[in-house]
Amino acid sequence: MNNNYQIALDPDGKSIWKFLISELKPKGKFFTPFNIISIPIMLLGLGLIVIRFIYGIGSITNLTQETPWGLWIGFDVVTGVAFAGGAYVLTFMVYILNMHKYHSIVRVTVLNGFLAYVFYAGALLLDLGRPWHVINPIIGNGFGVSSVLFLVAWHFLLYMIAQLIEFSPAIAEWLGARRAHKILSGMTIAAVIFGITLSTLHQSGLGALYLMAKDKIHPLWYSEFIPVMFFVSSIFAGLSMVIFEGSISHKVFFSQISEKNHQAQNNIIRGLAMICAGTMFAYFFLKLLVFIHGQNWDLLNTPMGYWFLLEMIGFVFLPMMLFFYSYRTNNTFLIKVAAILTMLGVILNRLNVTVIGFRWDAAVHYIPSWMELVVTLAVIFTEIWIFRWVINRMPVLRDSPSWVNDNK
Amino acid sequence: MGLDRRVFFKVLGATGLALAVGKEAFATTPRKSEVEFNGILYDSTRCVGCRTCEYECAAAHGLPTPKDEVEAVRKTNETCNTVVNTFQTSKGEVHVKRQCMHCNEPACCAACLTQAMHKNETGAVTWNGDKCMGCRYCMVSCPYDIPKFEFHSANPKIQKCDMCFDRQKDGKKPTCVTNCPNDALLFGKRRDLIKEARRRIYEKPDNYADHIYGEREVGGTGWLYLSPVPFEEVGMNTQLQQSSYPALTKGFLYSVPTVFVMLPTLLLGIHQATKNNKPKEENEDEQ
Repeated sequence: MNNNYQIALDPDGKSIWKFLISELKPKGKFFTPFNIISIPIMLLGLGLIVIRFIYGIGSITNLTQETPWGLWIGFDVVTGVAFAGGAYVLTFMVYILNMHKYHSIVRVTVLNGFLAYVFYAGALLLDLGRPWHVINPIIGNGFGVSSVLFLVAWHFLLYMIAQLIEFSPAIAEWLGARRAHKILSGMTIAAVIFGITLSTLHQSGLGALYLMAKDKIHPLWYSEFIPVMFFVSSIFAGLSMVIFEGSISHKVFFSQISEKNHQAQNNIIRGLAMICAGTMFAYFFLKLLVFIHGQNWDLLNTPMGYWFLLEMIGFVFLPMMLFFYSYRTNNTFLIKVAAILTMLGVILNRLNVTVIGFRWDAAVHYIPSWMELVVTLAVIFTEIWIFRWVINRMPVLRDSPSWVNDNK
Repeated sequence: MGLDRRVFFKVLGATGLALAVGKEAFATTPRKSEVEFNGILYDSTRCVGCRTCEYECAAAHGLPTPKDEVEAVRKTNETCNTVVNTFQTSKGEVHVKRQCMHCNEPACCAACLTQAMHKNETGAVTWNGDKCMGCRYCMVSCPYDIPKFEFHSANPKIQKCDMCFDRQKDGKKPTCVTNCPNDALLFGKRRDLIKEARRRIYEKPDNYADHIYGEREVGGTGWLYLSPVPFEEVGMNTQLQQSSYPALTKGFLYSVPTVFVMLPTLLLGIHQATKNNKPKEENEDEQ
């Protein structure tokens, strides 16, 4: 039984190791469609990473001197972190605003956020030319305090710690560590407040990174308000991811979720849809203001202008209306459609700033190589593997063991 | 413990002395901003396009010798820190040397999170491999696309002109300046170079376009350019803003401490205010 924790009953430490080793073994069927697809890609990705570290970044990427940041930064880091924004939004709602309705999905969202940061910031190491110096801004071999990237780097590190603390009660429940559980639970609110502050700053900081690329980004996407845009869009990006990931988890990990939480799910999704619609309206309005202020009307009638309109109308305005409509009609299916459209829109927006609109006028435009794509997919699949491993072992989706309530 | 007369005078004397001497000592320390930046004035009307500077630069920095036959317009890359381009303009053939501009307020240095890119007191912008983590944010930020990265190396370096910083420390001029056969390059204090450039334009107004490129571009650059034709014709970006690039991120960075103080306080306040907005039994049931 899942809720029987051997080591909690066993006073001598020996069985902890036995327990951990037994937990490392895979559970369930091995030859699932997901495994059959993901394993070759992960192995291929690993091989490419080895090549990258022997022959340099240029050996597997199409990066050029004019486009030094490509898919690995634009998608893995900038887009991935936006999708991980759900964690700070939900912890804000549950722990700060005390909206208990959303409590059942906080853990899985924080886990998702934590893994996203670990893996996407980890993917950053692949993109660093001299990764053995990654510790320099932390240990003070040059505190580049005037750099936005310095802020982002520190925030990634601190936020990962904050998220680990937020998630740690689940680990304590898994290990049956009652005392630790009590201490770690007490740290939650502090970690949440710290985490929200960090997120506010580095979600916008990722946009601020591009402020000095003023002449390189297409004027329809560059404005001094990029940081604000990135922050606001991270709210609905994160929540759309929560809706999307939740609807998959509820199918894949069906057996783990209690009947009560299954029934609550539709209500939760509906609430999130309304928040998405509201923030998207604010975002759309901001975009409109910036566009009018930028006086770029003539640029609309160019190929990049059509592309801009597609993003704004097809992937911001349309899903926003869908969210409103599906909230009013209580249509869960349409909410999920809107969430997927929103996610595509966020990917589009982040790539437009970082890759597609970056040096849009270059004679030879950067297009990522298939190898960059494979490495990106390998990173995502590895993250999903770890996610599945944790879900199958720790009380993330399922209810906490009964001793937790006595512990309070 | 009382304060007797003797101690009182001692303290008074010591304070007075400290004030007097301290003030003087403080006044004699030159402020950093008072150190003049070195710069180089490049006069393209004097340049004959012999590319001696390219060869000498490559030799001095241990880079491969440039090819003899090259295209008219090139960019610097990870194997060459400077190029001399040739443009066909309204006033005939014009040669333009390109390299790092050594901005007064360099975007690359503001971008660098380890201070590997560094604006030295004398004006040269140099790269320190012991600090650099290879993130290439300097390349993203540089308005002139100057830092070049060795994409095909397992231990990649950033390559760019360092204004021969080591030679400058020995009191020598940069290699390209020393070896220019036609005096197209002039090394000196930036302020003096601007005066010299103005003088040249003033004395021979027909020979020059009335513009010193680098005097104001991106807040001023260490390299200053004179050209017989408007600078658009010789491939220089004249659309760049006249103020400093690091100022673009200033607003965001200044908001950081404010957010860091205000937001947690606000969050804690809201948390306290909403804590007990549910009946107690229901609260426990939910958790």
